[in-house]
Amino acid sequence: MALNWYLALGAVLFSIGVIGVLTRKNAVVILMSVELMLNAVNLTLVSFSSHFGDINGIILVFFSLCVAASEAAVGLAIIITIFRNNLTVDVSKINLLRW
Amino acid sequence: MVTYLFILFAVIAIATALAVVFNKSTVSSALFLVLNLLSLAGIYLLLQAQFLAIIQVLVYAGAIMVLFLFVIMLLNIQDEEKIFNKFRVQFVLSFLLVAVVFAQILYSVGSAVNMLPAVSESMKTIGTVEAVGNVLFTKYLIPVEVTAILLTAAVVGALLIAQRKIQLKK
Repeated sequence: MALNWYLALGAVLFSIGVIGVLTRKNAVVILMSVELMLNAVNLTLVSFSSHFGDINGIILVFFSLCVAASEAAVGLAIIITIFRNNLTVDVSKINLLRW
Repeated sequence: MVTYLFILFAVIAIATALAVVFNKSTVSSALFLVLNLLSLAGIYLLLQAQFLAIIQVLVYAGAIMVLFLFVIMLLNIQDEEKIFNKFRVQFVLSFLLVAVVFAQILYSVGSAVNMLPAVSESMKTIGTVEAVGNVLFTKYLIPVEVTAILLTAAVVGALLIAQRKIQLKK
């Protein structure tokens, strides 16, 4: 398999994640789209790393997994707090800090 | 064989990613995301990154998605009636922006791919647990320790934020 196809798959998945972040209003779905984008970048890193035989890319993906786990934990905690205060997770209805 | 498996996993990954984004029910979105992560683990196996494939299944599809599902269950979110309620300028703009981002990625990838060096066969055994562990616990020992601090801080921060009532001292 050529490297191009893996990179193209990563690009497609990243773009789908961007669509989710930009168009959806449910905060949980937005966080899931962020996870999609993180995974697309991880796929790109792994494919380059595997193609060049350089292990540093795989190590970087390992650390990015740790950051993704922390991000999901803290982000979901913030969503729970928002839901408790506003009884909604619709980001278009949360306008406390809106200009 | 590898090509057919790649096509299978790629189709599953793209279809489930679309299903995550364009689904009314949040629970279905989360379950489709699990399927997407599993198919990506399969692609990691095709790329001979066995350790990462296992970690992907354990950490992402196991731990993170269970966290998501628990939060969805706690919040009792109603399904959205329509994803695109009104046809608005914002949606058109966001799809245009996505097209621009996609074109940029493809352009940069396409211009970089021709400059890549050839691959030798000795490069192929880098994804095993042994190889990853050797590098991770020698060259990258300090980053691993920092990761431990990061995860601890994230757990403490999540508990603090999601606390029901913050006790203020008088």
